[in-house]
Amino acid sequence: MSAAAVAGRRWRRPPVLIQSRAWRIAIYGGLLLYLVLAVGSLEVSWARIYAGTERGWRFIQGFLSPDFTRRWDDIVLGFEESLTMTVTSTVVGVLISIPIGIGAARNLAPRPVYYLCRAIIALSRAFQEIIIAILFVAMFGFGPFAGFLTLSFATIGFLSKLLAEDIEEIDEAQTEAVRSTGAGWGQLINYAVQPQVMPRLIGLSLYRLDINFRESAVIGIVGAGGIGATLNTSMERYAYDTAAAVMILIIVMVMLAEYSSSHIRKWVQ
Amino acid sequence: MPVIAEAGPPTWRQRTSRQRLALWFGWLALVALFVFSWQVMTRNTIWAFVLDAPRQAGDLFSRMANPRFGYLPELLWPLWETINIATLGTLLAVILSVPLAFLAARNTTPSATFVRPLALLVIVSSRSINAIIWGLLLVAIIGPGQLAGIFAIMLRSLGFIGKLLYEAIEEIDASQVEAVQATGASRWQVIDYAIVPQILPAFAGITVFRWDINIRESTVLGLVGAGGIGLKLQASLNVLAWNQVTVIFIVILATVLISEWVSAKVRHAII
Repeated sequence: MSAAAVAGRRWRRPPVLIQSRAWRIAIYGGLLLYLVLAVGSLEVSWARIYAGTERGWRFIQGFLSPDFTRRWDDIVLGFEESLTMTVTSTVVGVLISIPIGIGAARNLAPRPVYYLCRAIIALSRAFQEIIIAILFVAMFGFGPFAGFLTLSFATIGFLSKLLAEDIEEIDEAQTEAVRSTGAGWGQLINYAVQPQVMPRLIGLSLYRLDINFRESAVIGIVGAGGIGATLNTSMERYAYDTAAAVMILIIVMVMLAEYSSSHIRKWVQ
Repeated sequence: MPVIAEAGPPTWRQRTSRQRLALWFGWLALVALFVFSWQVMTRNTIWAFVLDAPRQAGDLFSRMANPRFGYLPELLWPLWETINIATLGTLLAVILSVPLAFLAARNTTPSATFVRPLALLVIVSSRSINAIIWGLLLVAIIGPGQLAGIFAIMLRSLGFIGKLLYEAIEEIDASQVEAVQATGASRWQVIDYAIVPQILPAFAGITVFRWDINIRESTVLGLVGAGGIGLKLQASLNVLAWNQVTVIFIVILATVLISEWVSAKVRHAII
């Protein structure tokens, strides 16, 4: 065996993810072409960006010295609305999504109920919260009530889907054991299904509480109340220091919520 | 044979008395919190408007019922913009979040006391603020348009991808790292040959997943002026052209469904 043959058999790294050479070239080439087209169709107004640097600078200054005091009443009102909206919508959303989640579980519900519940879930998940909020504000008027409805509606899609998936994955041996004692459907749910999915249901509810708070900051932009309305108003008034204060408070509250919910989840499970 | 009920031995219960009491108080606290929140929330609610809702809804749906499909050609270019906002925003976020994730992961961070908390703070801040709020901010700073949308998507995705990626890095198999280290590999070679191959499938999955979410989010970014199909939505809402709004909703729904399908296919192929 010659040295050249050995040298020719050096180890080469296998290509990542896409093994076939033709597909690799096609996919990467296609992506590159898309990138060129996408970046090419960008309209960037450098003059506007240059003009905006001063504002950007003012915003950074606002972040460094946020103004909590001047619009404190508005901020308190906004957070009050956001927090109450979050709590009520999560509770109502969870209460509604439990029956829908059970109905959407293939192993518990009869076929027609299953399809009905899956349709409700798909409907709720199809649109962004903010689009739902636009419709609810048009129907129910401005204010946190529309926001409450929006968040409840969005919670149903999220929670029922995950709950149904969880119920479908339960240990069938336990259901069979409970069923063999002669338990009815209600007892089956209560003694075989509920203990298995309860920890996860609590975890998901807390997670949704977290999401609902974050979303409550957004739907205020279209008039559904909450801290988003305060933020939007202060941006429109160019009060960047107040806007910065609101954003800092949102970040702090989300961090607190995430931290405490992870603790509660650990304690529950 | 008749069965005689006996009041003798204790019957089985799921919980002890103390647990039941604690549970009962827990539920009571929750109900109290709910009632309190409800009352604070609805303090300023005008119930006449709420009661009027079925009529308003009927009115709204009758206006939306005959969609103006002639509006469709006008939506194609904004749709292309929307997809670009999502894709380019995801791409920028990916580029920035990879180093961020390596700085935040406990097993790869250069300094656990100084750099790691800083990276985690960036991740949390980015995740706490929704893309629309980032959009609101950026439109004020760099002006309305696609660019604000791209940066808004980037700022929001940065934390999301960063968080999932650093968790993936922390969960890697340490023995492979050790094996590569034993060959005398440098720090970068360890990352290149031991860590990257392990997290690559997760990374690709996370990216596609986020791209899918970003398509959803970029459809409404225009509501605050950050480009895409949302601008058309806002324009139609402002003139109360509900029959155009219906068309936009249909386009958004179709886009979201297609992107979800693509993302599911790609993730299925990777993982």
